[in-house]
Amino acid sequence: MVLSVCVGSSCHLKGSYDVIETFKRVIKERKLEDKIELRACFCLGRCSDGVAVKADDKYILNVNGANAEEKFVNEILPLA
Amino acid sequence: MPQTRLFDTAVQQIKYEVIKELIRAYDRGLDADIFHDIPIKIMPGPKASLRCCVYKERAIVQERLKLAMGGDKQNPNVVEVIDIACDECPVDGVFVTPACRGCISHRCMEVCPRDAIRIIDKHAVVDKSKCIECGKCTQACPYNAIILQKRPCVLSCKADAIKVNEDKKAVIDDSKCVGCGACVYQCPFGAIQDKSYILDVLDIIKKSENNTKYKVYALIAPAIVAQFNYARIEQVVTGMTMLGFHQVVETAIGADLTLDEEANELKERGTLTTSCCPSFVKYIKNHFPDLAKYISDTPSPMVMAGKLLKALDPTGKVIFVGPCTSKKFEFKQDIAKDYIDCVMSFEELQAFLDARNIDVSSLGDSELDNASYYGRIFARSGGIVEGVTDLAKERGFEARPVAMSGLEECKKQLLMLKVGKSPYNFFEGMACDGGCVNGALCLHHGPKSLTDVNKYGAQAKEKSVDASVRLYELAKQSSGEKPSTSAIKGKKSSKKNG
Repeated sequence: MVLSVCVGSSCHLKGSYDVIETFKRVIKERKLEDKIELRACFCLGRCSDGVAVKADDKYILNVNGANAEEKFVNEILPLA
Repeated sequence: MPQTRLFDTAVQQIKYEVIKELIRAYDRGLDADIFHDIPIKIMPGPKASLRCCVYKERAIVQERLKLAMGGDKQNPNVVEVIDIACDECPVDGVFVTPACRGCISHRCMEVCPRDAIRIIDKHAVVDKSKCIECGKCTQACPYNAIILQKRPCVLSCKADAIKVNEDKKAVIDDSKCVGCGACVYQCPFGAIQDKSYILDVLDIIKKSENNTKYKVYALIAPAIVAQFNYARIEQVVTGMTMLGFHQVVETAIGADLTLDEEANELKERGTLTTSCCPSFVKYIKNHFPDLAKYISDTPSPMVMAGKLLKALDPTGKVIFVGPCTSKKFEFKQDIAKDYIDCVMSFEELQAFLDARNIDVSSLGDSELDNASYYGRIFARSGGIVEGVTDLAKERGFEARPVAMSGLEECKKQLLMLKVGKSPYNFFEGMACDGGCVNGALCLHHGPKSLTDVNKYGAQAKEKSVDASVRLYELAKQSSGEKPSTSAIKGKKSSKKNG
């Protein structure tokens, strides 16, 4: 699965980097490197619902540093 | 509505009008009539207002139009002289005016290092064959009676690349020219102009079919904060999105990456001259070839930001928007051509917005925040020095940096380096006085620009270059070993048969 985190201005201000760092950590902890490819991208077009994340074709919105792990486990992992 | 003055000079205004009309013509469908119609639209006459007659005015507009459409394709230089616009300014050099009182102290004569002044009939007379135009006599005369007449273009060119030919027209020596654009901004007759690639920009945006075929990214130079003083930068970003850009990204994100790499390079190599200003790099290559070994191999912020964007989106197209003529040649060089698809200036951006009747001051805000404090202050002289000093401290090596603002200052420091007498080991060079905020293709120039850049830097969410560097690492990982541009190039060649 390709997991893209928006790093456009709006999401950046809402903490894209924290989200990326959390995802990186969780992927490593759960040894999911072969299953999930973490990417960054400029603008997913959902600026008002940032941080926007896309798991293959599905949007996961309103992610932030605090809820990133929870969202990963509950919403992203089942798709992988 | 009170009209804010957009530009410093009427010369910029005319160039802008030409580009604006060209864009409008593009939107209607370009044809050969533009060479007839646009000059008349801009110089309606019937009386001439700028030159000897309206026909000459229109002929010059025609030449400007050619440059707006890319200029002479055979000539690699990004600036060209418009022969018929060159007003053949006087080149008398040192000239004694009638204000000479025929005094008896003859300070002018005493101060002349070449014995070029004689007093004939109680009047100072300059022997042109001896005079070296040092200007000392002009300073010495208590009546200010001696003046040094040099052409504004020649005076502005710190690379000594402008000569005057037998027809008294300005000629650019391409082997010396560094493409800084100083003459473009300084010529009072607008006889030297930069080439525009605006038609390529329009094509790239149009063929993206509203960013569906591929995405078009605008990389804006941090100097933009000092521009568009009638609107907020966030409004300009909204306006650029309306022009058809998928996303506006700060070039400063590339500056973060450049800074990170240059700091490492300095640690390894010991002595380094910066590579972010292509005119400064060219200046060293053309005028101090012995020092070329010190030029940093790190790509400029524009190229680094382009690399990052292409790693994240290999089919994306990247258009740099900046204050500078030299970026217009840099993007065609081998180091940049795979990462930057085109370059446009702030002047051209203003023309683009106005051609599409987009008044940015009436628009809502779009956020703009990709880079760090350090990346953003690259726009002014001393920015890189500040960044490298901090990184050196952090990484535990010695940096003795100097900021050189403008080519004259660069020359001074490079001469010291050449003779081995420089106390410095890191040389930040910028061809424009004050740095990119005073780039030749800025809408306006002034001391306020510097405050604007500092303020903008302080507003960045990230205070260190780390976030950008980590993003770049991630981007490189996910793009793997895949060549970033071959995918697009391959697709283009599908030709129709019949």
